[in-house]
Amino acid sequence: MAENRGPILVVGGGISGITAALEAAETGHEVILIEKRPSLGGRVAGFHQYFPKLCPPTCGIEINYQRLRRNRRIQVHTNTRVGGISGQAGNFTVKLVKSPSYVNNNCVLCDKCTPVCPAELPSDHDYGMRNTRAIHMPHRMAYPPRFVVERAHCPSGCDKCVSACAYGAIDLNMESREFEVNPASIVVATGWRPYDASKLERMQFGALPNVITNVMMERMAATDGPTAGEIIRPSDGKKAETVVFVQCAGSRDQEHLPYCSSICCLASLKQANYVRTANPDARVYIFYIDIRTPGKFEGFYSRTKKDKNIEFIKGKVARVDPGQDGRVIVEAEDILHGGKIRVEVDLVVLATGMESNLKADGFSGEFVHLDEDGFASEHLQQPGIFAAGVAQGPVDVNSSIQEATGVALKAIQIAGGE
Amino acid sequence: MANKTGVYICSGCEIGEATNVEELQQVALKEFRVPVCKTHPILCSEEGVNMLKGDLENEGLDRLVLGACSRRYHGETFDFGKDVVVERAPLREYVSWTQPHQEEDTQMMAADYIRMHTTAAQMKQPATPFVQNTEKALLVVGGGVTGMTSALESAKAGYAVHLVEKEDRLGGFARQLHRRIPSGSPYELTQSPDLDELIREVESHGKITLHMSSTIASIAGAPGDFSVHLNVNGSTQESLRAGAVVLASGGKPYDASKLTHLGIAHDNVISSVEFEQLAASGKIVRKDGQEAKSVAFIQCAGSRDPNHLPYCSSFCCTVSLKQAGYVRESGADKKAYVIYRDMITPGQYENFYRAQQNDPGIFLTKGDVSGVHENADKTVTVDVDNSLLGEKVAIDVDLVVLAIGIEASTKDDPILNLQYRQGPSLPDQKYGFPDSHFICFPYETQRTGIFTAGAVHQPMDMNFSRKDAAGAALKAIQTVELTSQGKTVHPRVGDETFPVFRLDQCTQCKRCTEECPFGVLEEDEHGTPFIHEARCRGCGVCMGACPVRIISFKDYSVDIIGDMIKSIEIPDEFEEKPRILIFACENDTVPAFDMMALERIKYSPYVRIIPLRCLGGTNLVWVSDALSVGFDGVMFMGCKYGDDYQCHFIKGSELAKTRLSKVEETLSRLQLEPERIRQYEVSMNDYKQVAKLIENFAADIEDYGPNPFKGM
Repeated sequence: MAENRGPILVVGGGISGITAALEAAETGHEVILIEKRPSLGGRVAGFHQYFPKLCPPTCGIEINYQRLRRNRRIQVHTNTRVGGISGQAGNFTVKLVKSPSYVNNNCVLCDKCTPVCPAELPSDHDYGMRNTRAIHMPHRMAYPPRFVVERAHCPSGCDKCVSACAYGAIDLNMESREFEVNPASIVVATGWRPYDASKLERMQFGALPNVITNVMMERMAATDGPTAGEIIRPSDGKKAETVVFVQCAGSRDQEHLPYCSSICCLASLKQANYVRTANPDARVYIFYIDIRTPGKFEGFYSRTKKDKNIEFIKGKVARVDPGQDGRVIVEAEDILHGGKIRVEVDLVVLATGMESNLKADGFSGEFVHLDEDGFASEHLQQPGIFAAGVAQGPVDVNSSIQEATGVALKAIQIAGGE
Repeated sequence: MANKTGVYICSGCEIGEATNVEELQQVALKEFRVPVCKTHPILCSEEGVNMLKGDLENEGLDRLVLGACSRRYHGETFDFGKDVVVERAPLREYVSWTQPHQEEDTQMMAADYIRMHTTAAQMKQPATPFVQNTEKALLVVGGGVTGMTSALESAKAGYAVHLVEKEDRLGGFARQLHRRIPSGSPYELTQSPDLDELIREVESHGKITLHMSSTIASIAGAPGDFSVHLNVNGSTQESLRAGAVVLASGGKPYDASKLTHLGIAHDNVISSVEFEQLAASGKIVRKDGQEAKSVAFIQCAGSRDPNHLPYCSSFCCTVSLKQAGYVRESGADKKAYVIYRDMITPGQYENFYRAQQNDPGIFLTKGDVSGVHENADKTVTVDVDNSLLGEKVAIDVDLVVLAIGIEASTKDDPILNLQYRQGPSLPDQKYGFPDSHFICFPYETQRTGIFTAGAVHQPMDMNFSRKDAAGAALKAIQTVELTSQGKTVHPRVGDETFPVFRLDQCTQCKRCTEECPFGVLEEDEHGTPFIHEARCRGCGVCMGACPVRIISFKDYSVDIIGDMIKSIEIPDEFEEKPRILIFACENDTVPAFDMMALERIKYSPYVRIIPLRCLGGTNLVWVSDALSVGFDGVMFMGCKYGDDYQCHFIKGSELAKTRLSKVEETLSRLQLEPERIRQYEVSMNDYKQVAKLIENFAADIEDYGPNPFKGM
């Protein structure tokens, strides 16, 4: 192989970024992997299961972490963002800004700190469905495995965690630091955020506690989630015996996300299975425009359709209203049979789509070029910059990983190719 | 090798509070006579690590037993290079965080883990990579868009590529395309196929050697050293050497003649492939040459149909939207109907759908086609049921196009003609595609160093095929790089241990060659196995399969595990302290135990846990070992098996199940309850249930009473 010109910078430590980093590093290249949050794992770390196998994401994350732990060619920087990019393919200069986590490598996860922490805040990882302390472990599959302090929530002058820590792991005076790296190529794998459901007029998200989003449902179904896997009505904790899934909640809608988010049909099929497993008598209604289960996913759709307690109704949900006793009324057109259909259920799950993180993360066009939908479409990028996963377009986990692997090759071509 | 073991016990993370560390030291010193045994309040601290480094140097140690945290933590902290065996006794996860402190049972448990892991450390040998002269050139099979992309992207990374194409020109299926679907934002307009540019780049790249009009006669060997024979023009033989293979032989259009229920026999019902050719010829006409003024596209023609292709072919919706555009471009008065079940245009293809929807001459009709009839004037009527508002609709058109799907080109032809004991083809997954079984690892393959890309991999369109082509090429390159260093590939990347066979004792039973999930082992004419190390992924299934126990790894063997079992102190039956052995798959179950520790979930103090690379490595002698030393029960915990199996070594947990079923008879003969040996499917997310499984098992064991062989 030709002379190595410099490392590959991978921005984003979700499944796409981890994959791109590992695939490049295992091929023999130096990689710098940065993640803005305190832990790697990204969105998938909050998922209960993957479609269509209904297997836990932790399994693949664990194998990837094993690969990371074994590989000396990857430097991981969490709490780190891109502060600026200059240069060109083969020789970029990237300013990285590492914000303090206030916990160093001495942390052994002993958890003596959280009981003494007086500050509570809604958990990001659980989409606010429960609280954490200001000092906490980001999630059970955190990498690096250490706690983090959300300093903004600490009462002034409080250092109870510092006194409780026998390992000298907490440093509340840790400061943000900036440093520069010189990557030959850059992989942008900044991923997605769920579309803000409160923007969906008439869906009553935020107003009715029993209207939740699909990412919240993932946490609800999770063993380590806020309800320990129980599928309940957030209003009173009772089992959700009737559940509506509202497809295209924001997606395929010129007012919101004009594109299809690719994954929401499959996610709802999967979540319908969660509901049926957790509450064996539960009834599920899925309101959809088209069920998009391409390729081999068709098998998952046909398997799910066999469940008589899961009803598919072609029609867009027009509105959601409060019903009796905490229930929620969903009104939709019934396109196949005509007329309106109304159901009153315990829980409504909005299948919200994926919105690219790029813009919110500060990639506003100078070095990473965004298309109309906010994605870094391949043909718009300058040499040496490659996007993978949802940064590049709305795709599922499997496709993200395929793309990330391919992008690793493109990154290598510049880092050490001809 | 010196075989000087140092045992170090960390007293941090409550180990010091849970146990009497000094007594644990005495176990190592007195029972194992290790030259060094120390304790440290925080072994992972700089000071602790410096102590270890100092002792390695000054005491000449070459093995360390660390009674501290699980090996899932501080792997780098405690890595002292290849020549130092580091064995982790997870006193934190298995003892101090999950057992009551200062109890007799807790102390006994910790002492046993010191015994087990000191035993293992003393038996393990440092790994040595296998050495071979590695060929780094790649073989790409198929000269379509996918194969060309794989070849070109690899060449651009500096790798030589042999590109084999069965026809006399490059381009594959894409040569038939008139236009292609949009490949980038705004995803609204069709594009020129751009094939010529790609072909020119491939043909002119110095690192790509083209083998035209060629097919693969055979591939033998292993990653880094595949020996490939080609049939050129059906006769001449040519041979070459390659380090890894990308199979990009594409898909084949579903045989439209099978779609009689959709009227394929009628004059003016054609397949979407034929329609593409018509459009490319510039004349959208009926069979009689008359202009087709209206065209209906029937979606899911064969796809999503249990009688034909049970899966969705992924691209037919976008292709029909594109072809509907051809109809409209042929004249402002032309009409195109698309009859679909679900319009599957995921992601930004939605923009293309919307653009076509906005064309007033494109009519999109949701429904199920119930009949396709030919009229006297050779026009065709399509009957549609279940359309919007439940109506039945009849659509009269000049031409009907069946949007046919795709099958893997490997369906009836192995293509690669592998000279492997386990057969010439890549093992199929669902629906006949040689795809990975894993969501997280789309390039996992059962034939190491051989990857699929494009439509032979999964049903996919050309845009995604190009990405997939690069992904598969990267994996091929990675394989040759790792192989050149004598290391294994995914999922135990970088492992340098390989199975060693004591062949003088081999009984030629062939179990290892049959059960190896990756076709690593070949056999000679007597049935004696021989190994292609570069194909091996280190799961140990062969080791578990071998009835005469002649297969071992340097750090993982039947003897090492057997001696770990035998090192455990078993109280006699009068002490009423039963013992349960747990064999835990290190991929899923071992992390589940670590999760339990993080959550401080308590479980029986009577269990002892031994990690396995895969339950498929289970050798039945361990069951006899466990029962004969006096264990009262044995639990095997590993991945889910069956259709949606999770085992990364394919059938490891299923093989364990088969093997264990044989133990049942033996146990019954010995008047032992067969339920003393059980296998459980445990995924990492099940960590809260594991304690319950143990509790229930322990209760059953209590009912059965002590193992009668205890103390014999």
